[in-house]
Amino acid sequence: MLLTQQEKFKDIMAIISEEDCRILMKKALSFSKADECEISLSGSDAANIRYARNSVSTSGAIGQTSMVISSAFGKKLGIVTTNEYDDVSIEKAVRLSENLAKFAPENPEFISFLGPQTYSPASNSYDQATTAITPAMRTDKVSESLQIAKDNKLTAAGYLQNSVSFSSMMNSHGLFAYHNATDASFSITLRTEDGQGSGYSTKDYNQVSKLDTLAFTKIAAQKATRSSGARAIEPGKYTVILEPAAGIVLLEQLYGGLDARTADEGRSFLSKAGGKTRLGEKLVDERVHIYSDPSNPELPTSSWAGDGRPQEKLSWIEKGVLKNLTYSRYWAQKQGVKAIPSPDSIIMDGSDLSLEDLIKGTEKGILVTRLWYIRAVDPQTLLYTGLTRDGTFYIENGQIKFPIKNMRFNESPVIMLNNLDALGKPERTVSGESFQSALIPPMRIKEFTFTSLSDAV
Amino acid sequence: MKRKDFLYLTGMGFGATMLNRVPVFGSPIIQGTAMRSVDTAMKKQMADVALNAARSKGATYTDVRIGRYLNQYVVTRENKVENIVDTESYGMGIRVIANGCWGFAATDKLDKDSIANAAYMAVAIAKENARIQTEPVQLIQQKGYGEVSWKTPIVKNAFDVPVKDKTDLLLSVTVAALNGGANYVNSIIFLVNEQKYFASTDGSYIDQDIHRIWPLFEVTKIDQKTGKFVTRQSLSAPRGMGYEYLMPKEADKIKGITTLYRDSYDMLEDAKAAAPQAAEKIKAKSVEAGKYDLVLDPSHLWLTIHESVGHPSELDRVLGYEANFAGTSFLTLDKWKAGNFNFGSKNVNIVADKTQPGSLGAVGYDDEGVEAKKWDIIKDGILVNYQAIRDQAHIIGLKESQGCCYADSWSDVQFQRMPNISLQPGKSPLVPADMIKNIEKGIYIVGDSSFSIDQQRYNFQFSGQLYYEIKNGKIVGMLNDVAYQSNTQEFWNSCNAVCDKSDYRLGGSFFDGKGQPEQVSAVSHGSSTAHFKGINVINTARKI
Repeated sequence: MLLTQQEKFKDIMAIISEEDCRILMKKALSFSKADECEISLSGSDAANIRYARNSVSTSGAIGQTSMVISSAFGKKLGIVTTNEYDDVSIEKAVRLSENLAKFAPENPEFISFLGPQTYSPASNSYDQATTAITPAMRTDKVSESLQIAKDNKLTAAGYLQNSVSFSSMMNSHGLFAYHNATDASFSITLRTEDGQGSGYSTKDYNQVSKLDTLAFTKIAAQKATRSSGARAIEPGKYTVILEPAAGIVLLEQLYGGLDARTADEGRSFLSKAGGKTRLGEKLVDERVHIYSDPSNPELPTSSWAGDGRPQEKLSWIEKGVLKNLTYSRYWAQKQGVKAIPSPDSIIMDGSDLSLEDLIKGTEKGILVTRLWYIRAVDPQTLLYTGLTRDGTFYIENGQIKFPIKNMRFNESPVIMLNNLDALGKPERTVSGESFQSALIPPMRIKEFTFTSLSDAV
Repeated sequence: MKRKDFLYLTGMGFGATMLNRVPVFGSPIIQGTAMRSVDTAMKKQMADVALNAARSKGATYTDVRIGRYLNQYVVTRENKVENIVDTESYGMGIRVIANGCWGFAATDKLDKDSIANAAYMAVAIAKENARIQTEPVQLIQQKGYGEVSWKTPIVKNAFDVPVKDKTDLLLSVTVAALNGGANYVNSIIFLVNEQKYFASTDGSYIDQDIHRIWPLFEVTKIDQKTGKFVTRQSLSAPRGMGYEYLMPKEADKIKGITTLYRDSYDMLEDAKAAAPQAAEKIKAKSVEAGKYDLVLDPSHLWLTIHESVGHPSELDRVLGYEANFAGTSFLTLDKWKAGNFNFGSKNVNIVADKTQPGSLGAVGYDDEGVEAKKWDIIKDGILVNYQAIRDQAHIIGLKESQGCCYADSWSDVQFQRMPNISLQPGKSPLVPADMIKNIEKGIYIVGDSSFSIDQQRYNFQFSGQLYYEIKNGKIVGMLNDVAYQSNTQEFWNSCNAVCDKSDYRLGGSFFDGKGQPEQVSAVSHGSSTAHFKGINVINTARKI
C-alpha cells in the first residue's frame, strides 16, 4: 500500500509551526551579544509533476529550511545561516555572525532593525486541502489532462506543482512575524500533431480546489485547434486584446519598476530632467487604477514585507496618476518620507466586461493569448521586446476570423497604457516570466507596435 | 538562482531576510566554515544509504547527488561596499527509475533516516507516474568509473583571496569610473564553487570541485539638461577560472577602438574606458533604421550563438520536452536526418565542448556520471548533431550519452543542458581591422545587452553595449538606439567571414534558464569577430 505524502515524508517535512518558530528564534536571540540581532527562519515542502509528448517526464519532491542570523555592531553587519537547530549549533552560528560583523566594513547605508510592528490581519493564504496533495492525486490530475489531449488528437506538455511554505522573523527589538502559505499551479501547452497549432493556459491559486486543470486543458485544446493554419499579416501598429496572461508580463515591468531611489537618481523611466520625478503626475490613461491590498481574498499574501515592514493597502496609479513609489528604509530616511516596501499583491481595476465582450466590441484587431521572452530594450522609456505565442488570432467586426502567425513587438507599457481602449474584468493571473500572481483585467490597446513576423508555432 | 533574483540582489542593498526569500540561491554563511569540504568517505556512506534504500523499494536504477554549493558576492556602488555575502546550500537529490519511470526527491536533512525516506519518496513518485507513462525510460549504457575525482584547473582559488583584496579592486574600479565622469557605478565580483558528489548504481562515485568567477560593473551617465541616461557595462566574461582571471596580462589584451580581453581581465582599465565611452554614447547619433552589414565582436556574438544555435540544437527541445515553457525547435529531426540542412554559410562551423579549459561548462563528468566530450553541431554550415543525455541518446542513434546532464542544485532534478557551443575561428588570417576595411555600410557591435528570441528559435532581436558606425571601410563614430532583428537561418547564411584564431574569445552567462521548475546553468560560447551581410537594424528610441 502506498503511504500518503505526509506519512512518507514525516521525517523530512520542512514546515515549522508558529510556536516552534518562536521557541527556536528566542533561543537564538538568547545567545546574542551584538548591539542588535535579527533571526529569520523559513522553509518549504514542494512537489511537482512534469509531462510532455503525452507522457510523464520528470517530477519530484523537495523539502528544505534555513535559519539566517544577522548580528550588528554599530553599522557593521554579519550574516550566518544554519539548518541545525540544537542549542550548540545555534549558539555557534550566532557567535560566527558576530565575528563576521566585527571584521566587516562599515555600511553607511545600514539601518537599525525594526522594533515591534502591527500587522493587519492576514488574508488566508493557507489551505489544509492543498497541504494534503499526494503523488497519486497529482498523477490523477495529469491523467485527466492527458485524456483531453488524446481525445482531441493533440500533444500535451504541462506542469503541475503544489507547495506549503512558511517564513518568520524575530529580532532583539521585539519584532516577531510569521506567515504560512500554500500554493498550487498548473500550466499546459497543447500542440496539433502536425505542429501547426499551439494553445496555452496557466493558473496559480493558494487553494487546490480552485485549480480546475481539466477546464484549463480544454481552453488550451480549443486554442491549439483554432490556431492551426495561421496566416501572415504585415507587422505594424494594431489594436490588440491582451488576455490577462499576456498583459501581466508587460504590466509587471511598470508596477515592478516603481523604485524611488532609481527615479530620484535620474535613471528610471520615472525620472525627469533636473533631478525631479513623475510622482504626482498623470503617467497613463485615467482609467488605469493599480493598487495593492494584502487583505484581498482572491490574492492572499503576507501582511509583512521581507524586512518586517507592514504591507498596507496602497494606490500606485490612480486615475492614471502616479501616486506612490517604493523605498528602501535607507532611502526613505535620507529623503524624509515614509518607507513604503515593494508590494506582494497587485490589483488592477477593470470593468464587468468579459473577454468575449471585448472581442465583440472590436472592429479590427488581434487577440493575444501569451507574450514570451520579454526583455528590456531601453530603460529610459521602459521599452520592451518579446513575441506573441500559443494562440494569436485576427478579429474583424467583433468576431475571431482566423489565426495569424506570431509577431515580435517593441512596446513600452507606459505607451501601451496611454493607448488604452477598454478594460475587462480582472482575474487572478500568474506571470509566465516572473511567476508572480496579480489580479489583471484583459485589456484592449490601440496602436500596439509589432516590428517583425516569426515563423514559430 | 533566477536571473531576476540576481539582478535584485546585486542591484541594491539587501539583508538577511531578503536572502531568505531566494531559496535556490542558498543561505549566507561565514567564510571559513563554508570552505570546509565534506569528507569523501562520508559522502560515499550517505550515497550508499540512498542507493540501498531505493533498491530495497524496487528501483532498477538510482543516482545520488550530494551537493555543497558555495557563492560569494562582493558588491559595491559608488564609493561604498554594499555587501559581502557568502552563501551555502547543502543537501542531497535522489533520482530513481522504478516501473520504468523517473522519480526524484531531495532533502537537506542528511541523517540516515531522512535520506532513506527521501529515497522511498522518489520510488513512490516513480511508481505513481508509471501509470501514465507511454513508454519506459531507455537509459543508454554507461560504464561505472569507480571512485574518481575532477577539479577545475584553477591557478588561484578566488574564495581564498582575502575579501579586502576584492573590495579594494572594486572600489578602485568605481572611483576610476566616477573620476572619469560617470554619475553612478555598480561593481560586483561573483564567485561560484560547486562541490558535488555523484554516485550511481552503475558503480560510479565521482567527486568534483567546480569553480567559476564573474567580475562585472555598470557605469551610468546622465545628461542633466535633457534627463537622458545611458549605461555602459563591463566587457568581461564569466569564466570557469580562479582569481587568475582578475590578474591581467598584457598578452591577453586586444587593442583597438576599445580594449578587449581574452583569458584575463583588466577591470580597472575597462572601468577607466567605460565612463568616457558612456559620455560619447549619450551624444551619439540615433541610428537610421535599415539594412547594415554587422561586425560582431565575441563579447556580443556569444549571446546570439547561445540563443540561435545553442538552444535549437538541444535534443529535449527538438523532441518537445520543453514545449510548455522554453519552447521547441525549428531544427527538427527530419532536417538532421536529411544530412544536408543548410543552417548557415560554409564559414559556419559550430562545436559543442564540455572539456574546453577556462569555460563555464567544463567538467570532468556530467550530472549523470558521463565523462565530458567534444563534438560537431554544425559542420561547414550543415546541421550534423544535437546535444543529448542518457535517456535520449538512442533516439539519434548514439551508442553513448554526450554528457549534457546538469542540475543547478542538489534540490533540482538533472536534465539536458547546453554544453559550451562555439563558433570556430576562420582558417585564413583575418583580424577585425581588416574585416572592417571591406565594409561599405555597417555597424561594429561590442558587448551584449537586450536579447529575445521566439520559442522555436527563428526570429530574434539583439542589442549591444557599444555601436560604431562603419562607412566605406572606416569607423566614423558612435551610434545609439540600435537593435537588429533577423531569422536564424537567414542570419547564419549571411555569415560572410569569421576572423582567425588570434581573435578567439569566450563569452557566456551564469543564468541560462530552462525547465519547470526553472533552473539556471552556466555556459560559455566562443568565437572570433564575424561579419554578417545585410541585417535589418531598427531604431529603438521612443518618447513617453
